[in-house]
Amino acid sequence: MKILVTCKRVLDPYVKARVKADGTGVNLDNVKMAMNPFDEIAIEEAIRMREAGKADEIVAVSIGAAKTEETLRTALAMGADRAVHVVTEDDIEPLGVAKVLKSLVESEQPGLVIMGKQAIDGDSNQAGQMLAALLGWAQGTNVSNVELDGDTANITREIDGGLERLALKMPCVLTSDLRLNEPRYASLPNIMKAKKKPMDKKPIDELGVDTAPRQTLVSVSEPPPRAAGVKVASVDELVDKLKNEAQVI
Amino acid sequence: MSILIIAEHDNAEIKGATLNTLTAAAKMGDSVDILIAGSGCSGAAEAAAALPGVRSVKLADSAEYANQLAENVAPLLVQLAGDYSHLVAPATTNGKNLMPRVAALLDVMAISDISDVVDADTFERPIYAGNVLSVIKSNDATKVITVRTTKFAAAEAAGGSASIDSIDGSGDTGLATFEGQDLTQSDRPELTSAKVVVSGGRGMQNGDNFAMLDELAGKLNAAVGASRAAVDAGFVPNDYQVGQTGKVVAPDLYIAIGISGAIQHLAGMKDSKTIVAINNDEEAPIFQVADYGLVMDLFDAVPQFTAALD
Repeated sequence: MKILVTCKRVLDPYVKARVKADGTGVNLDNVKMAMNPFDEIAIEEAIRMREAGKADEIVAVSIGAAKTEETLRTALAMGADRAVHVVTEDDIEPLGVAKVLKSLVESEQPGLVIMGKQAIDGDSNQAGQMLAALLGWAQGTNVSNVELDGDTANITREIDGGLERLALKMPCVLTSDLRLNEPRYASLPNIMKAKKKPMDKKPIDELGVDTAPRQTLVSVSEPPPRAAGVKVASVDELVDKLKNEAQVI
Repeated sequence: MSILIIAEHDNAEIKGATLNTLTAAAKMGDSVDILIAGSGCSGAAEAAAALPGVRSVKLADSAEYANQLAENVAPLLVQLAGDYSHLVAPATTNGKNLMPRVAALLDVMAISDISDVVDADTFERPIYAGNVLSVIKSNDATKVITVRTTKFAAAEAAGGSASIDSIDGSGDTGLATFEGQDLTQSDRPELTSAKVVVSGGRGMQNGDNFAMLDELAGKLNAAVGASRAAVDAGFVPNDYQVGQTGKVVAPDLYIAIGISGAIQHLAGMKDSKTIVAINNDEEAPIFQVADYGLVMDLFDAVPQFTAALD
């Protein structure tokens, strides 16, 4: 079985996002970028499936400008077999991403697609569900455990009240939650090997899908910071402040 | 404008998140219907009919909706969508699972986790873990929206008398089968709607020590939450997690205990009215958002705090 995994290049999760001075977007120039953490988990899961003999090929896909290649090289260094880079300078909305991925699924014919549950830049949490919808496939979002059994994926999902178990007809789309696994670090020899793994570059226009934006960005701003608080010296002082100053207990 | 709310419910009753969603929907237009899709869900439908300002309740009571699987509910919404300008659900794990699937079937973008309604087409939503607020205008004919419930007050739950219209089921797609649930049992208030939240982090050291927080929470009628670090370490179940990709809370009082304050945790709690941080590391970033910071070993501070509330 072939597994298609996706990865997005995003602002490093440990770097605080700053709005550009002209208010047109978030500053991504000269800041540290990284692979979306949920996508690392998705790739790790695919690799573990291949190691367990459940899959024989992992194709990593990303959509973005030239530097997206670095993110795909990371996926290859972790263990993906080859990469597809859909090249565009534009920001593609989740619906457009799903349409691009549908086109690649039709040409690659994977038995399973694994994605991150959300990208930590836009925080939309949409593309996986949208891809499943466009393909008419089952979707397993926020998964924390996956067992493949023939044509069925038995999954555990993280939901608001706890955990939910579903049996999904394959092929299907899964999106990873934090507890699915702990992704490996790429070793130096594997980073070297990844440079020779195949990477297919596809200009987005050649796919013939409509990725025109449906939303107009009106503004971006930073929320007002919280006013500075005070340090208290003891539990008694804390309880006094909560009772008499904040009046919350 | 005609708005359809997809209710959060457990067949017997509607969940609190539906009330916040109703407040958000009322800012989009004044004709608001509510969909109850479930099985044996007339109880939830009657509760929805009692919400003030609701025009009618659409009741889809059919076996294929018993567990509200997105694969089965999405086609129903596509059937209904022609009558509405807005389809709106709370940004719960259910809403987040369902609505993008509906949007893609309608060939429209979804608008996730809105924090304000500017006008019927324009919405504010947090991005980058809440460090940036974006305002976007949707150019799609149908707006498919999930609502950040902490940003909208809960509507009244009684006083209305909407009609209940039964609608036929759309059938089982057979794509997914519900196998079971493991729901966390707790006597404490629900995390996302509690007035007080007591959260523990890596500093709690193990799951057994959370009993100490339960005791404090009991005195404050508080819910208990946790940071990602505490959940990843297995101290408490996943549904305790407060943060960018866990639950977003905005109680009157949030008490962070042994939590360092990573960006993704702050994203889930920084709209709380009053924040208390107890941590023995005075450099911990949590103190930058805390109204009251106490630099102290939590194993000394928490029992003293609990005792002081007697």
